Amino acid sequence: MNKKYFALLALVIVASMVLSACGGAAPTAAPPAETSAPEPTTAPAAPAPAQVEFTAPGYGGTLTTVKERGMLICGVNSQVPGFGYVDAAGAFSGLDVDYCRAVAAAIFGDPEKVEFRPVTASERFTALQSGEIDILSRNTTWSLQRDTELNGNFVHTTYYDGQGMMVPKDSGITDLAGLDGGTICVQTGTTTELNLADVFAAQGIAYTPAVFDNADNTFAAYAEGRCDAVTTDKSGLVARRAVLPDPENHVILDVTISKEPLGPMVRHGDDQWFDIAQWTVFAMISGEEFGLTSANIDSMMSTATAPEVRRFLGLEGDLGLKLGLENNWAYNVIKLVGNYGEVYDRNLGPDTPTYIPRGLNKLYLDGGLLYAPPFR
Amino acid sequence: MSDNNSQSAATPFWRDERYLQILGQVVFVLLVGLFFYSIARNMITGLARQGMALGFNFLKSMSGFDIGEMLIEYSRSSTYGRALLVGLVNTLMVSVLGIIFSTILGIILGVARLSTNYLVNKIAAFYLEVMRNLALLVFLIFWYLGVFLKLPRVKDAILWPGNILLTNRGVGIPWGVPTETFGTYRLILLGGLVLASAVAVILHYRGRRTGRPPLTTLWFFVTLVGAAAIGWIVLPSAPLALDLPYVKGLNLAGGRILSPEFMALFSGLTLYTAAFIGEVVRAGIQSVSKGQVEASRALGLSGFQTLRLVVFPQALRVIIPPLTSQYLNLTKNSSLAVAIGYPDFFYVSSTVINQSGRAVEMISLIMLVYLATSLLTSVFMNWYNQKIRLVER
Repeated sequence: MNKKYFALLALVIVASMVLSACGGAAPTAAPPAETSAPEPTTAPAAPAPAQVEFTAPGYGGTLTTVKERGMLICGVNSQVPGFGYVDAAGAFSGLDVDYCRAVAAAIFGDPEKVEFRPVTASERFTALQSGEIDILSRNTTWSLQRDTELNGNFVHTTYYDGQGMMVPKDSGITDLAGLDGGTICVQTGTTTELNLADVFAAQGIAYTPAVFDNADNTFAAYAEGRCDAVTTDKSGLVARRAVLPDPENHVILDVTISKEPLGPMVRHGDDQWFDIAQWTVFAMISGEEFGLTSANIDSMMSTATAPEVRRFLGLEGDLGLKLGLENNWAYNVIKLVGNYGEVYDRNLGPDTPTYIPRGLNKLYLDGGLLYAPPFR
Repeated sequence: MSDNNSQSAATPFWRDERYLQILGQVVFVLLVGLFFYSIARNMITGLARQGMALGFNFLKSMSGFDIGEMLIEYSRSSTYGRALLVGLVNTLMVSVLGIIFSTILGIILGVARLSTNYLVNKIAAFYLEVMRNLALLVFLIFWYLGVFLKLPRVKDAILWPGNILLTNRGVGIPWGVPTETFGTYRLILLGGLVLASAVAVILHYRGRRTGRPPLTTLWFFVTLVGAAAIGWIVLPSAPLALDLPYVKGLNLAGGRILSPEFMALFSGLTLYTAAFIGEVVRAGIQSVSKGQVEASRALGLSGFQTLRLVVFPQALRVIIPPLTSQYLNLTKNSSLAVAIGYPDFFYVSSTVINQSGRAVEMISLIMLVYLATSLLTSVFMNWYNQKIRLVER
């Protein structure tokens, strides 16, 4: 008898603890006021050094932490060749991975001072929120909800993508309607999962989702014939088709379900860090626009005459210092990692097994969407 | 007075063992309380600094994602709360079925392990040792990738006797579909249940009065099945129409389709837990002293009667507590579904965490739900344990 009551009692206690912990959230709107309270006292207390930094919560904190650590921690994918992939030797490669190297080059002048931490789609935002990683660079789609509720800021689009659908060639399916009543493999915790539900509901096509935890499981199940189709971003489909046992037997349908602007993401609350992350992307894009490559940049250092290029290279002005970095940060990005075009060709170019035509990911001068603000 | 004074002077309260004991406990409770208070406060201020509020209102907003299998109504326009309910029902389904089947298999294994038949004994021993030394996760992945996904594609489906269709999209089994007389039939079944209970109660009391052991359980089921059969025949049309599974386009239709994920999780959990239950049953039976068996044989009871009337009732006292742990393990182990994509409660929760970004709330909710199901299971099993324990006279 006692045991029974004890069990019930324990249940009630735990329930009340959890509820009170959560109920306690509303009144603790106070702590922000509490934590911000010391600010006015520190600000007047330190007028001696004339340049008092504007101390919004967390401003500058990330760069300081990273510098003290001597290492950037970057959350990446490890399962999508061309974007974020770890090979048998443990080496990371891909467009998103090279972006992390570019940020490390901008901060430290050394692209190797970065630790890659593979995160799954479903744990990536928590990893960023909790400070486990400094930047999330993991083919993540920019959306309003993620920009706000998930407490992140998208830096810039580094790859313009769209969601596609891959089916086995012998199925004879050519459009979405052909999938009526079928099963579709999809990865959990992605915008892909939501787009799939949206589009199929809108078009009135019945389907059963088979949802998996990571890309490897999703494509393994698809390869076993668990599903009639597999869906993810088109770039991902191209990349994963290359590592299927029989790539030639699968086709990517000529339909695009949604816009998928992919890009890196940083936490709310540190605008300096956001600027560094964003201008690293712009440096890679502008580098291509200015014709600067890792091969010719050293000779350009002495021959460049255009003022904007000279500012870019750190020969004039103090653009790097404004970001809290060395003045030659952009030089380091191009010299040590390469401009956007070089990075693209290295990971997704014609010579790679994951070749994807550049499409929208060309410079605006060539009819694409890549456009960086001026270096001024 | 002076004597009293010297007494208290001799042992001041900080050296008085009675006070110290209480003091020690109070300090310990305070420390634990302080610890939890500080981590909770730490979390809340941390979240507040990032501008993230806590609260469960998000459960009422639209989920936007679809779930592969569900027993209750759900679509992408349902709420997060509804999605979690779908997951919970899926968890409960696989747990309840797993508990039932692993108990049956476990009892067979436990008895077989004690069999004097060499082959039966060794086969059971082999099975138990292999199962108990495998990692469950590996076993589940084996069942999923190695067995159920290796079944043929839909167009080459294997037809087993009894109209069971085997494909890598799922296993289709025949299923009853309620017809218009099903409502009436449900009432007949209810009546049969009342009647059978009445028969059982009457037999039970008569058995007590006459001292002859009545076959209460047997007659209970005979009455129930009899009523069910008579109802089926008497009604103008059968209350359930047989629905056979068949191949329709890209998928299976009709009957009841059990997904490969469910089948893998269910078979894995059942076969794995059955091994542990088998050992529990064997230990329980062996705990009954040999004298009891000899005494019952001396009284002229048959082998089966000995097992049913003497050995099992006593063994049950030993079996129930560890059996409860196995049931709890099975329920909690069902969260390994995440590895093979069965949408159980934990899996749906992790999707919700990701789509809504409410990690703290969801993790508390997950812990609370698993705690609640486990505690409910143990409350029930403890009640049963109380009921069957040896009443000392």
